[in-house]
Amino acid sequence: MKVLVFVKRVPDTESKIRINHETNSVVLEGLNFIISPNDEFAVEEALRLREAKGGQVTVVSAGGDESTTVLKKCLAMGADEAVLIKDDLGETYDGLRVSRILARAVEKKFPDADLLLFGKQSVGADNAQVPSMVAEMLGLPQANVVTKLEIDGPNGVTFREIEGAMEKVVFSLPAVVSAQKGLNEPRYETLKGIMAAKKKVIPVITLAELGLTDEETAPQVEVVRLEAPPVRRNGKILSGPPDEAARQLVSLLRDEAKVV
Amino acid sequence: MVLVIIESREGKTKKSSLETVSEAKRRAAELGTDVGAVFVGSSGDCLNPEVFSYGAARVYSLESPQLGRYSAQGYALALADLVAEVKPEVVFIAATAMGRDLAPRLAARLRVALASDCTKIEVKDGKLEFTRPIYAGKAFLTLSLKSSPQIATLRPNIFPLEPKTDAAGEVVKKKAAIPEGAIRGSVAEVLSEKGGEIDVTEADVIISGGRGMKGPENFALLRELAAIIPRSAVGASRSAVDSGWIGHQHQVGQTGKTVSPNLYMAFGISGAIQHLAGMSSSKYVVAVNKDPEAPIFKVADYGIVGDLFQVVPALKEEFKKLYSD
Repeated sequence: MKVLVFVKRVPDTESKIRINHETNSVVLEGLNFIISPNDEFAVEEALRLREAKGGQVTVVSAGGDESTTVLKKCLAMGADEAVLIKDDLGETYDGLRVSRILARAVEKKFPDADLLLFGKQSVGADNAQVPSMVAEMLGLPQANVVTKLEIDGPNGVTFREIEGAMEKVVFSLPAVVSAQKGLNEPRYETLKGIMAAKKKVIPVITLAELGLTDEETAPQVEVVRLEAPPVRRNGKILSGPPDEAARQLVSLLRDEAKVV
Repeated sequence: MVLVIIESREGKTKKSSLETVSEAKRRAAELGTDVGAVFVGSSGDCLNPEVFSYGAARVYSLESPQLGRYSAQGYALALADLVAEVKPEVVFIAATAMGRDLAPRLAARLRVALASDCTKIEVKDGKLEFTRPIYAGKAFLTLSLKSSPQIATLRPNIFPLEPKTDAAGEVVKKKAAIPEGAIRGSVAEVLSEKGGEIDVTEADVIISGGRGMKGPENFALLRELAAIIPRSAVGASRSAVDSGWIGHQHQVGQTGKTVSPNLYMAFGISGAIQHLAGMSSSKYVVAVNKDPEAPIFKVADYGIVGDLFQVVPALKEEFKKLYSD
């Protein structure tokens, strides 16, 4: 079974996000970068599928040279190979653009992939667009935000999270699946894995090689502005013994905030 | 026309869909156009005239025996055909689990970009501008779309409902043409969680617990409080979830869910930056924590410095009184 996993390099979730208002972009200096946490569940699931059924796990990332660090991590976790699609434009917040690049890469380089795994969304842009868009572009069925995946021959069964319930989604391969926390516990890289990953060469594919024109890769999203979140008003600290504080709180929630 | 894709569950229209119709009405008025709503299914069963009273001038019932069960593949195909035919300038859908699954697929089929999970939509010089949280709320992005039709998903619990009117409108039935074998994946079954708990993304009130809860058994305290407060749900911090005290579907934060309730109550949550990001668009925040220096107090409207194991029982009594009056 051939599994492709798509990963993205993003700022650490513990990072504070600062904005450069002149360029309307996030200040990258001083940020620590990681593999998007949801993508780790996708990598782990791919490795488990290979362990159960054999086959090959290929990890793909679109981005600048610095994205090789997250690809190396995936190799160290146990992926067979990793490929970088060289795209230096940076964050465009445009899922359509990224999906065009990834879908074209699948068509040109990995036409025999059985399963395309993603994280449910990258932490950062938070778009959650790319898995569904790639599925549509390639004419594949999709199951997003899944917490359970079973592959049985040419068919798959997943459970995906919806509001207050789970949806059982059935599909035939090839297909797109996006992973969510709860699917598995990602493994740590082993020292042996890290050493082996260091030696592996990560091939680089250019957008030109994929036959993508400037028109096809032009962002359709225009950034008007980036802003810090609104500052929250100063709160009140309620003092006194617990029952007195509780009484005050409930009356403030009823009479002042009017939310209960 | 601003076309709103309506979501129904168990035959009922979702509130977030009515919020989306309401916002469509407000923006359509500025754009000098009207609102259409589309119901998708095997028959017109779910069709709900309530959408007229929130601002839809016209309702499409998009029907095919193959659309009885939700399938992003099938829905996107049928809706793209409808969009090609009726040519809306704008398409809105609520950013629910279904909306977030379907909208990108539909956008890709229409070859247009998508504004996801918007919390504000404005008309500037006759053009739409969409504002949405990024980094789970650590920053806000305002964007415009160069492609057309303009398509966006709207976060639930943010956009107010319009006052209901007794307006009526026309119903247009459309047969969706879905080629044999075009749908290769669909929902087979919906399994409700025990007790039909409300999801944190849909609750009006979230009662969240963190490391200060000390163990899984103590989440019962929060569940008891949730049982008293209408439309409330139990949430949790990452450390509570990672400790296995409560299921990951309750996790609020950058690696969990981003929520916008009217009231967010944090018990024993110190307020890690990735947690604060996920709940920062809550309208009111209450924090109860033993540590007066906990960062959660910086974002709280009301704080109690104290032992949650004394405060929660006291709150239970007060809320019981409030709701029995």
